[in-house]
Amino acid sequence: MAMAWIWTGMVVLSVGYGIYAGTIDAVGAAAMEGAAAAVELCLSMAGIMCLWNGVMSVMRSCGLTESLSRLFRPVLGRLLPNACRDEETLSALSGNVSANLLGLGNAATPLGIKAAQRMAVGCGGKASDELCLLVVLNTASIQLLPTTVAGVRSALGAENAFDILPAVWLASVISVAVGLLAARLLARLWRD
Amino acid sequence: MDFSAYLVPLLLAFVALFGVSRRVDVYNALAQGAEEGLRILLRILPALVGLMTAVHMLRASGVTEVLEKLLAPALEALGIPPETAALLLIRPVSGSGALAIGSELMATHGPDSYIGRVAAVMLGSTETTFYTIAVYFGSAGIRRTRYAIPAALAADLAGFMAAAFAVRLIFSAG
Repeated sequence: MAMAWIWTGMVVLSVGYGIYAGTIDAVGAAAMEGAAAAVELCLSMAGIMCLWNGVMSVMRSCGLTESLSRLFRPVLGRLLPNACRDEETLSALSGNVSANLLGLGNAATPLGIKAAQRMAVGCGGKASDELCLLVVLNTASIQLLPTTVAGVRSALGAENAFDILPAVWLASVISVAVGLLAARLLARLWRD
Repeated sequence: MDFSAYLVPLLLAFVALFGVSRRVDVYNALAQGAEEGLRILLRILPALVGLMTAVHMLRASGVTEVLEKLLAPALEALGIPPETAALLLIRPVSGSGALAIGSELMATHGPDSYIGRVAAVMLGSTETTFYTIAVYFGSAGIRRTRYAIPAALAADLAGFMAAAFAVRLIFSAG
């Protein structure tokens, strides 16, 4: 329902302000353009999206997700020591992180939910510190290849769609680090 | 040398060779993944039609400009270009909405411009925070989320600031 309000708000605001500012004829034309632009964008990025999803699928068939998962076990053990005492939670967690890294949202979410459900047992509906940390980790993006964004860039005629990669990695690392720090800090300060 | 120019061709060759060496049917896996890509596109297309319509209307009416002017002092103090104001507001709430605004920014300013790159990096380095929180806590039966939302939003803000900073640092523009 939230999206219904946001969308309605955007349209009503445009129309209201358009009438006030005398730009309403442009607003009508822009609505048509926007709808057409959405389809054009999807069509022109379709090839790239398919190619990179194909590459990801090859990586998955090679067992790269499992290798990455093994790599993350020790890190997760330090980050979420209580949750990782349970073997099944640990394997769901490491699977979640490695699927997130490879941009496999469809695989990452069910694993993350499984870990969250196991970690929430006995919490009485109140998020534990480790559960907050897991959620913060998942709300900060850690995707190695942002394929959708690269698809948009290439569809719009970027010279090198992936030249933003180092910048994306740097921004992701800073964002995750700040999220983890904020969670650690708030865990100490939060009164409830 | 610009390493990202090598990244795509080398990655393709590496993945193919690695797969073949592990006796994986590389071609079949590639085709299956491509089909999955089509399915993802098919899922975002209807949402994108609705949201691109709204985003273009906002831009044409002048609301976007008002928003940018309103938030400019705060954003400039944080080193974030004010043109991305609408993107920052929608990013934690709607993934398709952010994609709609981000691609509109890239189309208007050019994908290789400072603003276009910052928008792309912002999209690539942040997530749909509120959606993720709702999914995780909802399915785990958590009602008291404590500090998860402020911590996640702090990460988002840091991501936005870092995106602008990283683009300035790496492309020395802006």
